[in-house]
Amino acid sequence: MNKINFSIYGNSKSKRTVEKAASIIFTVCGFIAVIAVFSISLYMIISGTPAIFEVGLKEILFGTVWRPGGLEPSYGILYVILTSIVGTFLAILIGVPIGVMTAIFLAETAPKPLAAIVKPAVELLAGIPSVVYGLLGILILNPLMYKLEIILFANSPDYQFTGGSNLMSAVIVLAIMILPTVINISESAIRAVPKHYKSASYALGATKIQTIFRVILPAAKSGIVTAIVLGVGRAIGEAMAISLVAGNGANFPLPFNSVRFLTTAVVSEMSYAADTHKRVLFTIGLILFTFIIIINLVLNKVMKGGVKNAK
Amino acid sequence: MQNNSLYQKKSRPLNIFIHLIIYICASLSIILLIGIVAYVGYRGISTVSWEFLTKEPSAINKTVGIAGNIVNTLYIIIITLAIAIPFGVGSAIYLNEYAKPGKLVRLIEFTTETLSGIPSIVFGLFGYVFFGTSLKLGYSILTGSLTLTLIILPLITRNTQEALKAVPESYRSGALGIGATKWYMIRTILLPSAMPGIITGIILSIGRIVGESAALLFTAGSGYLLPKFGSYGEGLINKVFQPGGTLTIELYLSMEKAKYDTAFGIAFVLLIIVLGINLLTKYLSNKLNVDK
Repeated sequence: MNKINFSIYGNSKSKRTVEKAASIIFTVCGFIAVIAVFSISLYMIISGTPAIFEVGLKEILFGTVWRPGGLEPSYGILYVILTSIVGTFLAILIGVPIGVMTAIFLAETAPKPLAAIVKPAVELLAGIPSVVYGLLGILILNPLMYKLEIILFANSPDYQFTGGSNLMSAVIVLAIMILPTVINISESAIRAVPKHYKSASYALGATKIQTIFRVILPAAKSGIVTAIVLGVGRAIGEAMAISLVAGNGANFPLPFNSVRFLTTAVVSEMSYAADTHKRVLFTIGLILFTFIIIINLVLNKVMKGGVKNAK
Repeated sequence: MQNNSLYQKKSRPLNIFIHLIIYICASLSIILLIGIVAYVGYRGISTVSWEFLTKEPSAINKTVGIAGNIVNTLYIIIITLAIAIPFGVGSAIYLNEYAKPGKLVRLIEFTTETLSGIPSIVFGLFGYVFFGTSLKLGYSILTGSLTLTLIILPLITRNTQEALKAVPESYRSGALGIGATKWYMIRTILLPSAMPGIITGIILSIGRIVGESAALLFTAGSGYLLPKFGSYGEGLINKVFQPGGTLTIELYLSMEKAKYDTAFGIAFVLLIIVLGINLLTKYLSNKLNVDK
């Protein structure tokens, strides 16, 4: 009796167990992301804070001398933080206008066959591993910068030549690396602008350029801001592409100084650092992580604002 | 003399100028891509040979090869996907089929977003401390794979979720209406319909794993030798607990040592993989659109 029940209708009890198990397993899977972010935050804080007490918050954040070895070690990372901020800002300054213009081209002005070439090119640029950008930065960009340096500083004898590994090179690499992000997101924002905005603008006699810059771009504002914020996140977190291009001296971020970013400080010294030095590197990681969390919160706000505007 | 004729088009130099700027900006990305591919191809193609792909570097035999790194990369891809696919797909199923919209779902979606925004160097530090030190896995392929799992999880979750959303509601009510249980419905109706989306997520993840470097430097470490087979093949399993550098790590290390020929050889191989992955996703997403 039981057996027949099982083969035709299935056993309701075992079915219920399977159902219950499935729903529990899927719920657990759903919370993996929450657990991951929580434990990453926890571990970054746990491993990043000891150095703060050891060296002193003021010493780390506002000290300008980075000398982890030696008899009187000094762990000031003010210039490193400033470099990350200035470098990211400059990369955005170069990358965003080019990216938004390209997005306008793709969404508005491009003839179909041209857009069909540019779009896949942008997608491919996004897929190229960051070390490859770094490799090209070293072998193409740095020699060019060095030539520029020689021309610019030919008459200043006390200038220290960096061989082209400087802030400018790193900024250009970063600007290229954020391009695909900025282009893709701005393009979809521009495409999402309702058609009748454009028609209304044309009907009033506006030219194409006027329509794009006075009507479409303001309407796509929140999407473009999202693109910029994501670009900032990408630029501030990039490590491998710029670690060898930027020169790695902990100097004040001037265009032709050899500089060290938050990310490159960790990459270049983690392998041999020990004790306090290593703990300070984790503090640098914590600072970077804090920046990223702030960027994410801003992003969340912007996207919510965008949804409200669309309604 | 005012020229107010309707038939005369007013010339606007500013407009022409802006058009020009737009075209220059757009051509920049093409020039960049062609420049990168051409330069890497030009420098790399002479290094890449059958020997380069199938030999490990050895000072005695005077060979330069990346076979060990290719095997390491494959190890990491397989292990990472084996862990990430069940969790990622499961998470998407929970979000789309089980969870009721509300605070919890928003929390999960926010953390998934955050996870995809965290830079890989932070994942690297976390993997080094948590998997490497706390779980005592040290520098090993397993540590690297576990770290990468966290990185590609959002990618798989999001793609699966999109695919699940595209499955028509009538499929669900139809299956439930003729008496299927929820799990049966998910297993036999939803997952097969969402398969192209899931596969797209997997291929994108492979691309991410192949290109990843900062997260692997302190977790999987470096190493360029082929795994020893051992007498019963146990060496192949032991390899999981040993350090091993992927192609990108080897590229970074040879760049640091100024061995630019090897570096360009690897870069060339990487570009071909990236190109292949790009074409494959394109093909799949086209297929997905036709199905609709």
